[in-house]
Amino acid sequence: MRLAGFYGFAALVVLLPLLFPNDYFVIVVGASAGLHAILAVGLNLLVGYAGQISLGHAAFFGMGAYASAILTTRFGWPGLLALLAGLLVAGLLAWLLARPILRLRGHYLAMATLGFGVIVHVILVQATDWTGGPDGLSGIPPLNLFGWTVEGDLQWYGVIAAAMLLAIWLSLNLVDSQIGRALRAVHGSEFAAQMMGIDTARAKTQVFVVSALFAAFAGSLFAHQQAFVSPDSFNLAVSVELVTMVVLGGIASTFGAACGAIALTLLRQGLVVFEDYEMLIHGALLMAVMIFLPQGLFVGLGQALRTGLRRCGLGRRRDRHRSLSTAGVQDPGSPP
Amino acid sequence: MNALSPSTPLLRVEGLEQSFGGVMALAGVSFQLDEGVIQAVIGPNGAGKTTLFNALCGFYRPSAGSIRFAGQELRGLPPYRIAAHGIARTFQNLQLFFNMTVIENVMVGCHLRARTRWLAAALRLPQVRREERQLRQWAREALTLCDLADWAEQSAGALPYGLMKRVEIARALAARPRLLLLDEPAAGLNDTETLALRELIARIRASGVTVLLVEHHMPLVMGVSDRLLVLDYGSVLAEGAPAEIQADPRVIAAYLGGAVHYAV
Ligand SMILES: Nc1ncnc2c1ncn2[C@@H]1O[C@H](COP(=O)(O)OP(=O)(O)OP(=O)(O)O)[C@@H](O)[C@H]1O
Ligand SMILES: [Mg+2]
Repeated sequence: MRLAGFYGFAALVVLLPLLFPNDYFVIVVGASAGLHAILAVGLNLLVGYAGQISLGHAAFFGMGAYASAILTTRFGWPGLLALLAGLLVAGLLAWLLARPILRLRGHYLAMATLGFGVIVHVILVQATDWTGGPDGLSGIPPLNLFGWTVEGDLQWYGVIAAAMLLAIWLSLNLVDSQIGRALRAVHGSEFAAQMMGIDTARAKTQVFVVSALFAAFAGSLFAHQQAFVSPDSFNLAVSVELVTMVVLGGIASTFGAACGAIALTLLRQGLVVFEDYEMLIHGALLMAVMIFLPQGLFVGLGQALRTGLRRCGLGRRRDRHRSLSTAGVQDPGSPP
Repeated sequence: MNALSPSTPLLRVEGLEQSFGGVMALAGVSFQLDEGVIQAVIGPNGAGKTTLFNALCGFYRPSAGSIRFAGQELRGLPPYRIAAHGIARTFQNLQLFFNMTVIENVMVGCHLRARTRWLAAALRLPQVRREERQLRQWAREALTLCDLADWAEQSAGALPYGLMKRVEIARALAARPRLLLLDEPAAGLNDTETLALRELIARIRASGVTVLLVEHHMPLVMGVSDRLLVLDYGSVLAEGAPAEIQADPRVIAAYLGGAVHYAV
């Protein structure tokens, strides 16, 4: 069945808090992992499927968060309305930015998106009147969903888990349609994609906007969950970490991205006990994954497992959506 | 699509010019192509054959000339709009989507007939499921026409080279073009594969598609084409039926000047 993996994953997400209702690691770190999974799944549409890098994605995350923070604290907007406004602002900015920026390729695109991320971060720090500057904004009211006020870690776990499952479901659907194939075509060969009638500039714009929407959505939830936002949550390091999550889990795989995000979030928490050596171990693990499982942790392990099963005469031969981003990419220089 | 009167050619190229820095890759190329024929474009390496294809498809913006296809001017349009006019092509350097399976490659070829929008796809509305089935069906037809049905679920990157080239043809046909441009489809193929290719090209024409074929393999060119266009240094050297071209002293001279000898 097409969504078998999805239902299995959903069951796990529901089961965990039932088994460990008071476990800090499961509930609090789990919620944080879920938010990152939303971000990674959205970014994966852009990076993994369409093959366009973005090193400024934390900016859209921040826009959602600050839109919710500012509109609810300063203007008393209801949370859901502020969330929609955040989506609108991030989507609009992504749309305006997409055409000029996505004309660039490779390193140039990386630099341009990085620049964008830095600019947004600087604005968050400097526009003190609106954003509270480096100190951020506190006192964000709890999210009210149609009369139900989300309170406490367990409830937040539930809301974020539901949001994450929604994001994964939407992404799985998109990818498994002509839209998703067109994105992968842009990644595989832009010339061939154009020759098949795909307006590649438009496709890139659309996927950029959609991934910005995923990020802004996560941002709004984040602001309400923390009841506090500050620019540090949306800096360059966060953008880089998001890309790492996508790559770590396995590029061009929705579950890969989600699992990469979850794994990295858990890992960082787990490594806290090593104190000074945290970043060292973190970095070494990342390098090891990239060297030994270049398709990503989850896609790579999944493939190894399937190969193993096949060797034993079990399993199916179909490898849908298996895609090595690096093998699929062709030199986009002059026309073929 | 508008019907053409019998006298109007499907494609009429006039005075097409394309230069790269100092090199005139196309120095005023003019020719026409009637609907339903197979026309080959031959010429020594660097003659401008691929450049002609890239100019026809909108990958280049030719500095002068006109490209009239089915009565409409195509010069200056981007490739995706030219595709919508009914032109499809394959590439001299493979441009397969190696990140997809064979059938997914060909389903991308059906893109012009796909209607799915982002929101509908994200919510997987019933019409999206229907379209998925329909695209798969169309792709299967194109694969069957190209004898590739058995390879449908394979990853495109895992195929032998000869089959990859065939997938490009299937993908182009899935667009249901009126004109198919093939850039050296026989390059890198063995004799058996070349024979099968010849048969496939004939089959494509029989299905009503006009073919413009760039190819160095002379037995294939002479065997399958109705007409030949010879390019040399970006200009048309000769144009005519295969027998006329074979006897043309200018063509013979151009080829003998180069290192290429063809057993015609
Ligand atoms: N993008 C480009 N930039 C600069 N010069 C180019 C470019 N494309 C082609 N040329 C030049 O234009 C001329 C024609 O090249 P083209 O590729 O069209 O030849 P061809 O007839 O297809 O040759 P072959 O049989 O080797 O494929 C060559 O001199 C080539 O170097
Ligand atoms: Mg060529």
